[in-house]
Amino acid sequence: MMHPSSPRARAIAVPAPAAIPLGALLPWAVFGLLLSVLMLYFVGAEQGAVSLISGHGVHEFVHDGRHLLGFPCH
Amino acid sequence: MIAGRLLARGMIAGCLAAALAFVFARLFGEPQVALAIAFEAARSAAEGAAPEPEMISRSVQASYGLATATLLYGAGFGGLFALVFSFAYGRLSLCSPRVLALLLAAAGFVAVVLVPDLKYPPNPPAVGNPATLGLRTETYFVMIALSISFAAIGCLMGQKVAQMRDAWSGWLCGIAVFILLAALVPYGLPNVNEVPDGFPAVVLWRFREAAIGMQAVLWGSMGLIFGALATPVLAARARG
Repeated sequence: MMHPSSPRARAIAVPAPAAIPLGALLPWAVFGLLLSVLMLYFVGAEQGAVSLISGHGVHEFVHDGRHLLGFPCH
Repeated sequence: MIAGRLLARGMIAGCLAAALAFVFARLFGEPQVALAIAFEAARSAAEGAAPEPEMISRSVQASYGLATATLLYGAGFGGLFALVFSFAYGRLSLCSPRVLALLLAAAGFVAVVLVPDLKYPPNPPAVGNPATLGLRTETYFVMIALSISFAAIGCLMGQKVAQMRDAWSGWLCGIAVFILLAALVPYGLPNVNEVPDGFPAVVLWRFREAAIGMQAVLWGSMGLIFGALATPVLAARARG
C-alpha cells in the first residue's frame, strides 16, 4: 500500500466502489469464458482424452507444459 | 466497456505472470522431466521395445512448447480471473482493487490448483497408465469443478456471516466451510496410484514441488500485476 498522504496515492485512490452491473458484465463474461476455455482446452486436454484435430502434434508440442501444469497427459 | 477493459488487462496480466512461471518451470521443472524421461527410456530399453519416435524434439518441447502452453494457460486463467474480479468488485466488502485482486488470486490458486492437486497430484512422464487417461482426465476436471464450487459456497456463507456478525467471523466461517468440504467430498472420488515400480521417489517429489511452485508463481504474480493494471481503469471510472 502507498502512503496515504503521497500525492500519487490520492490521485488514483478509488472511493467507495460501485459494482459493475450484471447486464454490462454478461456479454463480456460469455466472450471471455469461451475464449479462456478454448485456450485451456488446447493446453490441457486436446489429443489426450479427447481429440478434435487428428495426430499427436498438439499433444507433443504442449507435452511438458501439460505435465507441469498438472493435467493428466498419457 | 469497463468489463471488456478489465478482461483484456486480465489476459495481459496472465501472460506476464506466465512468463515468470515459465522461467520457474524451466529452472526447476525441466530437469525433473528430463530425469523422468530417462527412466522411461531405460525401462522400454530393458523391455526390448523400440524407442518412441520423436515427432517434436525434446528441446522444442522444453522451450517453445512449454512457453506456449504456459502462456495459453496464463491468458486463459487471466481472462477467467478478470471476470470473477469484475463480478466481485463492489459486491464483496473489499474496496481496494489491489487487495481484492491479491485475495482472489490466492483463493484461485487454492481452489483451482492446490486442492485438486492434493487429490490428483501432477505426474511426470513415465507415471500413469495410458489406458486410464480418460478416467483420470474426467476425475481431475470434476475435482477442479467441485473445488471451485466449494470456494463459492464458502464465500457466500462467509459473506452472510460477515453481514450478521463481523468480518472476522465471516472469514473464519467461509474458510472453515471450504476446508470441511474440500477434505470430505473427495473421499467419494476414485484414487489414482499408477507410479511404476522403481520410479525414483525424489524425482516424483521434486517434480510435484516444481509443478505446484510454478502455479504459485503464476497465480501470485497474476494477482499483483492485475491489481496494478486494474487500479487506473477503476479510478478513471470512479471519476466519471
